[in-house]
Amino acid sequence: MNKHVKNVTAEATDLSRRSFLVGTAATGLVLGYAGVPGIYPAAAAAPANFEPSVWYAISPDGLVTVTCGKADMGQHIASTMAQIVCEELGAKWSDMRVALASNDPKFNDPVLGAQITGGSWSTMMNFDAMSRAGAAGRIALTEGAAAAMGVPASELVVRDSVIVHPKSRKQMSFADVVKSGKATKIFTPDELKAIKLKTPDQYTMIGVSVPQLDIPSKTNGTAKYGIDVMLPGMVYGAVVTPPVRFGATVKSVDDSAAKKVPGFIKAVTLDDKTGTTSGWVVAVASTYANAKKAAQALKVAYDNGPNAKLSSQSLLDEAMRLQKLEDSGQFFVKDGDPVAAFGSAAKVLEAEYTTSINIHAPLEPMNATAEFKGDILHIYSGNQFATRSGAIAAGAAGIDPKFVVMHQMWLGGGFGRRLDADMMIPAVQAAKAVGKPVKVIYTRENDMTMDFSRPLTYQKVKAGVDGDGKLIAISHDVVSAWPTARWGIPDLLTPSVDKKGPLDSFTVNGADFFYTVPNHYVRAIKNELAHNATPSGQLRSVAPGWTFWAVESMIDEIAAATGKDPAQFRISLLDGAGKNDGGAQRLRNTLLAAMGLSGYGTKQLPKGEGMGVACVSSQERATASWTACVAHVAVAPSGAVTVKKLTVATDVGTQVHPDNIRAQVEGAALWGLSLAMYEKATLKDGGIEQTNFDSYTPLRMSQTPEVAVAVIANGEKATGVGEPAVTVVAPAIGNAIFNACGARVRALPITAEAVKASMKA
Amino acid sequence: MARMSDNTLCCVQSLHPPALATHNIGLPDSSTASKLHLPPRLNAIILAARLTPARWASATQVAAVSGFMHRQGKTPMPTLTINGRSLSVDAANDTPLLWAIREQLQMTGTKFGCGAGLCGACTVHVNGEAVRSCQTMVGDVTGKKITTIEGLSAKGDHPLQKAWIAEQVPQCGYCQSGQIMQAASLLAKNPNPTKEEVVAHMDGNLCRCMTYSRIQKAIMRAASEMRTASATSSERRPT
Repeated sequence: MNKHVKNVTAEATDLSRRSFLVGTAATGLVLGYAGVPGIYPAAAAAPANFEPSVWYAISPDGLVTVTCGKADMGQHIASTMAQIVCEELGAKWSDMRVALASNDPKFNDPVLGAQITGGSWSTMMNFDAMSRAGAAGRIALTEGAAAAMGVPASELVVRDSVIVHPKSRKQMSFADVVKSGKATKIFTPDELKAIKLKTPDQYTMIGVSVPQLDIPSKTNGTAKYGIDVMLPGMVYGAVVTPPVRFGATVKSVDDSAAKKVPGFIKAVTLDDKTGTTSGWVVAVASTYANAKKAAQALKVAYDNGPNAKLSSQSLLDEAMRLQKLEDSGQFFVKDGDPVAAFGSAAKVLEAEYTTSINIHAPLEPMNATAEFKGDILHIYSGNQFATRSGAIAAGAAGIDPKFVVMHQMWLGGGFGRRLDADMMIPAVQAAKAVGKPVKVIYTRENDMTMDFSRPLTYQKVKAGVDGDGKLIAISHDVVSAWPTARWGIPDLLTPSVDKKGPLDSFTVNGADFFYTVPNHYVRAIKNELAHNATPSGQLRSVAPGWTFWAVESMIDEIAAATGKDPAQFRISLLDGAGKNDGGAQRLRNTLLAAMGLSGYGTKQLPKGEGMGVACVSSQERATASWTACVAHVAVAPSGAVTVKKLTVATDVGTQVHPDNIRAQVEGAALWGLSLAMYEKATLKDGGIEQTNFDSYTPLRMSQTPEVAVAVIANGEKATGVGEPAVTVVAPAIGNAIFNACGARVRALPITAEAVKASMKA
Repeated sequence: MARMSDNTLCCVQSLHPPALATHNIGLPDSSTASKLHLPPRLNAIILAARLTPARWASATQVAAVSGFMHRQGKTPMPTLTINGRSLSVDAANDTPLLWAIREQLQMTGTKFGCGAGLCGACTVHVNGEAVRSCQTMVGDVTGKKITTIEGLSAKGDHPLQKAWIAEQVPQCGYCQSGQIMQAASLLAKNPNPTKEEVVAHMDGNLCRCMTYSRIQKAIMRAASEMRTASATSSERRPT
């Protein structure tokens, strides 16, 4: 059997049932979970057969290489995983190295059971397994050293890759022990579980901002991204995409002009049975420049399909129609009876909030290289969801997924875009058609018009306040395309509370907030029209990026309507009653930290300036990082908004790498600003109108305000930091605009025209 | 969320293409682009980077030269002086320099981002000036001195590269070669830039991870280090 062919079963991915093996291989010491559940003593005894799932290895020169099963798209997760191993292993940081894992199921996330990177989950879900892997290595090395030195293992001390026997002053380096071949050990699942890990007061690595291992290679051009892959005999593919985002079919391809392009090999019309792309053609040529010329020379006739007349407005109209229907959608939250409460309320507020289509636009355009070698299909690409993407590549090739090997690369930005596998389909089918390795690179125009975008969303929120000004009811309808449902993986969907079938919680997460509101409905409504016309994806922070826009704006509107300070109003709602106990208090404290750091309520601001607050429990209720923002803005009489400063506080429990957390929170907050003010995509005649950075305009340096970050590390479990701060910024800015000039904006991105119009009203 | 099991794969494999209607026959529409307005100053910066004098020259000259070559049936391989070496590239004169560097010379530190001079990821130096290599044609730079990120310093230790590490600037890192090359052209001319000068010089370079504040700090750190180094070396100079 080809050694690349994997045993893909749920059992193989369940670490709780697998032994942990430390053994000697030709390359040094290898450490990892057994490939299959059960105990295999023979494996460690016979090094020739020893093939554990290598989570890390120690070479005879003492270098420790940690293999990271997570996609590294700038969050330095590979370095973080090495740091967690390093802490328990007792290695010197300068001895640590990282490698990126293939799609072998042995690298699956120990909690999720798949190779997927997203949700700001990586650190929280891998911390324990990586810690135990490090500790098991230390124990095995220590016992090996004890045997070699002839001293009791209990008398040995491990520090900086050296094992010391203080009594006799004998010592061995990790390299010495590896070379001795004495560090061989099997941990049963129970033994592994019983290992006593360090307590936070014993940490010497966790909580330290060590230099990130990948950064030097990203300052000298040596870091290899998917686009940098070069294979012998490789040719290039440029894609020709139809004028509509989805639903077109190719009627005919005339390659007579393309044939005159030097180096042109073939035009391949995709036959995509995975349903990921529609109506694509790949021009294959000897160089990318020639492939692009050939792509431009191809004359492709299309049937533009059922979505060719749709626009952003028609998707919004449909969303509004669906929201008005009483029986549409499914319930995500159903507490009390808001409808009855509205009947008895002293005051009822209603508002509509919208967000536009947004494009990921990572700076590395989508690309993939495919090579058929024997019966194995090799894919080289930076990807966030190897488990699914490998299956899509297999589907494009018409082979079983077990014959696909994915070679992970550094990701030139992910932001959720590289959870998808569309780029692999043209590479695979072109490679198959021309019998050579093919690298397909999207132009920026392909990348923008064929993005799995953040969907256009429409939300209607109704709130009821009693005679004492107490918030007694909220009903919240969220209408959007369903990004996760598109994947067709039932495990990723959530049962609805009204038992009307599963819903895509990645469209409503966040709406299940930690405020105490006795009567609370949240309804998730799928906009089928948008779902088909603009297949949507997970864009950094996903649902909380729109749900908190609505919730945190509405909370502000209620505070204003009842004459309360919006920050104090939030604090009163975060009383920790019932199911909100714990989380609500942490969120309240985080809000207070942001208020304190920004000087909220302590300064007299000039006319036309204001401060606004927002606080969120992103990403999901069960995995929240408690995050609050105070935005300070100036609004000109024209309605033009200048964001002067963003103050963000976030409670992350435990911080593995404080400097990285600051970098992530600042980047996320600026993403929030960019989405709030500068990024808007539109659909016209079924196609995305924006094609490059002249029309789709993410934040630039000159638009970047000061960002102050307060990180609260209180010893609770480590939570994610890559996304939550995205979600808190837009409502904080909207609320600050209201504070500055009384204008209430309810559509993202915020425009000067909308502010001006609301000022007049 | 639920743990994924092997039905993840089953589901994916059982995906079927959605039913596509066959009405609405139409030809591709090339006029879908709508231009949002950038701040005027930003537009100027982007345009300045795209339309260097060299770029104007290339647009006309290369077309003429390559047309001539075609008529003569000759295709000599252009030679590029790059990072101090003379290298011939198997590329037509109208090939963007970016692709010649990346594919023919396999120097992949210079990145493709937009192909339109809008993002700065492909920035290299031509005779010391920062240019967008996606907008610069091979035929336009033969005989000129080209420097890429690989040639900025012998050991990756240009003061900017050291400052980039000290400030831990890169996240995904994809734009950073271009950022460093753009910054290097500023410091070569202006050893003591103000924050405003840094922003004006760097505004054409996008960073999608939004590492802008660290980029600024790193440029200031490198500038300070370069000034100190040059002051020290001039003090040591015998009078």
